Amino acid sequence: MSQTATPDIDIDRSVGDFHYDTSYEFDAGVGLSSKTVDYICDVKGDPQWIRDFRQKALKIFESKPMPTHWATEDLENIIFKNIRYYLSKGQVPKRTWEEVPEDVKRTFERLGIPEAERKFLSGVEAQFDSEAAYSNIKAIVAEQGVIFVGSTEGLHKHPEIFKKWFGKVIPTTDNKFSALNSAVFSGGSFIYIPPGVKVKHPLQAYFRINAQNFGQFERTLIIADEGAEVTYMEGCTAPKFETATLHSAVVELVALKGAKIQYITVQNWSSNVFNLVTKRGLAMEDAEIKWIDCNIGSRLTMKYPGVILKGRKARGEVISIAMANSGQHQDTGAKMYHLADDTTSNIVAKSIGIGSGRSTYRGMVHIPKHLKGCKNNTECDALLINTNSRTDTYPAIQVRGNKNSVQHEASVSKVSADQIFYMQQRGMTEAQAMSLSVNGFVNDLVRQFPLEYSVELKRLIDMEMEGSVG
Amino acid sequence: MSLIIKDLHASIGERQILKGLNFEMKPGKVQAIMGPNGSGKSTLSKVIAGHPDYTVTAGEILLNGENILEMEPDARARAGIFMAFQYPSEIPGVTIANFLRAAVQARLPEGELIDAVEFYETLYAKMDMLEMKREFTTRFVNEGFSGGEKKRNEILQMAMLEPKFAILDETDSGLDIDALRIVSQGVNKLKGPHMGVLVITHYQRLLNYIVPDEVHVLMNGRIVQSGGKELALELEAKGYDWIKEDSLVAA
Repeated sequence: MSQTATPDIDIDRSVGDFHYDTSYEFDAGVGLSSKTVDYICDVKGDPQWIRDFRQKALKIFESKPMPTHWATEDLENIIFKNIRYYLSKGQVPKRTWEEVPEDVKRTFERLGIPEAERKFLSGVEAQFDSEAAYSNIKAIVAEQGVIFVGSTEGLHKHPEIFKKWFGKVIPTTDNKFSALNSAVFSGGSFIYIPPGVKVKHPLQAYFRINAQNFGQFERTLIIADEGAEVTYMEGCTAPKFETATLHSAVVELVALKGAKIQYITVQNWSSNVFNLVTKRGLAMEDAEIKWIDCNIGSRLTMKYPGVILKGRKARGEVISIAMANSGQHQDTGAKMYHLADDTTSNIVAKSIGIGSGRSTYRGMVHIPKHLKGCKNNTECDALLINTNSRTDTYPAIQVRGNKNSVQHEASVSKVSADQIFYMQQRGMTEAQAMSLSVNGFVNDLVRQFPLEYSVELKRLIDMEMEGSVG
Repeated sequence: MSLIIKDLHASIGERQILKGLNFEMKPGKVQAIMGPNGSGKSTLSKVIAGHPDYTVTAGEILLNGENILEMEPDARARAGIFMAFQYPSEIPGVTIANFLRAAVQARLPEGELIDAVEFYETLYAKMDMLEMKREFTTRFVNEGFSGGEKKRNEILQMAMLEPKFAILDETDSGLDIDALRIVSQGVNKLKGPHMGVLVITHYQRLLNYIVPDEVHVLMNGRIVQSGGKELALELEAKGYDWIKEDSLVAA
C-alpha cells in the first residue's frame, strides 16, 4: 500500500485550493531516517545541541506506537516512508514582499496576506512548505524590543531565551507526533515580548502547504515576559491533492507573571490533510493564556490545546469550534492542569457535524487534592446537521479534594428539517439556511474574535455549507 | 398576478389528504379557507410552500401561469409566496435582524451585497408601522417567545419580504384576544392591492378582526362551499355538519 485513500468528497475551497508549480533548492527526499534529520540540520546550520535533540527525538518517535488504542485507526493510513520532510527554496525569510520569489508571492497575495498585514497586523510571517518566505515586524513594535522571527533565526540569534524554554512546555516524549515534530521541525515562529510591553495589534503567521506528499512541521515558541501582552493569529491552507499530507506542529506558550497570551487559529486545511498538532501553554502567577481554536477542514484533526496553570491565580481558557463535514473527523478538545491555588480554567467547545462528518470532544481537567480555590467550567455543545453524523464527548475531569469547584455542561442539538424548511420559506437556499444555523450556533463564541477573523470564519462556514448540499 | 390551484391531489405517506382541490388566490383580496380538523387546511398551505413531507400526486399550482410544483421551497418564496407558520421554528443564536437580513440578501442577484443602512431603515420603518419595539430585533428567532410574539414575528417577516401572496396558516392558534387583535391589526395594515392574503383558520373569531372578502369551506380535501364573509358567521353558528350533508347531496 503506497497510496493512502482520500475520502470521496469535493468541497469548494476556492480560496485555498490552488497550486502553482515551484522548484525547491533544498529537498530532504522521501522517507524518514537519521540521514533525513542530518540533512535538515546541515541545511539549517543547526548547533550541535539541536542536532542531538533532533536525533534523540527521532528515536522516541520510532519507539512510540500509534495511539490507535484510544484514537481513530485512520492514523494507520499515514505512510511515513512516503512523506517528504523538508522542502524549501532557501532558509532566510525576506523582509519585504518584493524580495519574495514570484510564485510564492503570488500564492500569498491570492490568500490576501500582504493586504491583511497593511490593514491590521503588527507583524507577519508567511511559511511556504518548510520555511518562512517572508517575515516582518512593524518598526514601531520592533522598537519596543519585541522579537518576532522564525524558529531557526530564534535559535541562532537568541539562544539564551530560546534554549531556556524550548521543549520545556511540551517535552519530546509527550506523544508520537510531538516527537516527530522535534526530530524534523522547521519554520514556525519565535516570539519574545519584553516585560510590560503590550503589543497592540496581532502578530500573524500563515502556514501554507504547497507540495504533495509533504509534511509540514512548524515549531512555535512564544514567551511573554512579566506583564506583557500579545495576540498571535495563525491561518492555514493547502491545495487539495490526491495523496495525504501531514501537518504536525508543536506550539509552546510561556506567560510569565501577569502576562497575557491569546493564540487564535483559523485553519482551513483541504480534506487530504492529517492535522496532528500539540499545543500547550505555561501560565505563571496571575498570567492568562487563551486559545481560540477554529478547526474547519482536514481529513483528521487531533488537537487538544492545553494550559498548565502553574502560578497562583493563573487563568486558562480554550474556546474551540470544530466543523466536521462528510469524510472528516475533528477530534479536538482541551487540557487544563491546575498546579496552584486559585487557578481558574474555562473550556467552551462547540462542534458541528455535517453528513457523515464525525466530531469528538476530549477534555482533560486535572485539579489535585492539595489545592484550594480552583475553578473549572467546561461546556461542550454539538450541533448535528443530517442524521448520520456522529458526535462523541469524553470529558475526563479529575478533581480531588473539596475546596475546588467544577461545572460541566454538555448538549447535543440538531438542525431539524422543520428549521431548514422555515428558513427556505423565507427565501434562503438550503445551504444558506444551514450556514445561518451554524453561525447562530457559534455566534456567542465568534463575538469574542477580532472582527477580521469572525468575518473569515463566517465565510469559511458559508463555503463549507455550499459544498455539502447536493 | 395570479395563483391558481388546479385539481390538486396531495398525500403524506400513504394518506391522501387533498383530493382534487381547486382554488384561486386573488391579488388585493383577503380570502379565508375554513374547515374542520383533518379537512386538509394545513396540508394545503404546506403544499403551496413546498414542504418536503407532502407528495403531490396530481394537479398543479400556477404562479403567474408557471407551475411551481417543481420549484424548491426557497425559489417559491423568492417568487413571492409567503407562509406565516402555525408553529414557527426556533433558530438558536440567530437574531431576528440577522435572520431577516439573510432573507433579504437571498433575494438579491448573486454578487450583490445588501445595503445595511437601507436595510435597517426599512426594518425600523416597518416595525414602527407594526408598533413593535426595536429591541425585538436583537432577540433570537422564536427562542423563548410567547405565542403572540411568535405570530408578530411572522407578521414582521411578511412586512419585510413583501410577498405577492401571503398564506396565514392557523395564525390565531394559541393567541389570546389581545395578541389576536395586535396580529390582525398588522395584517390589516399590510394588506392592499399588491398582495393576496389567504387566511386559513378553524375558528371564525379571527375573521372578526381580519374581515375576508370571500370565505371558502374545505372538507375532505376539497372546497365544498364558497360565499361572502357572512358564511363564516353561519359556520360559527351552525358548525360544519350541515355543509357535510349538503355537499354529500351535491356530490
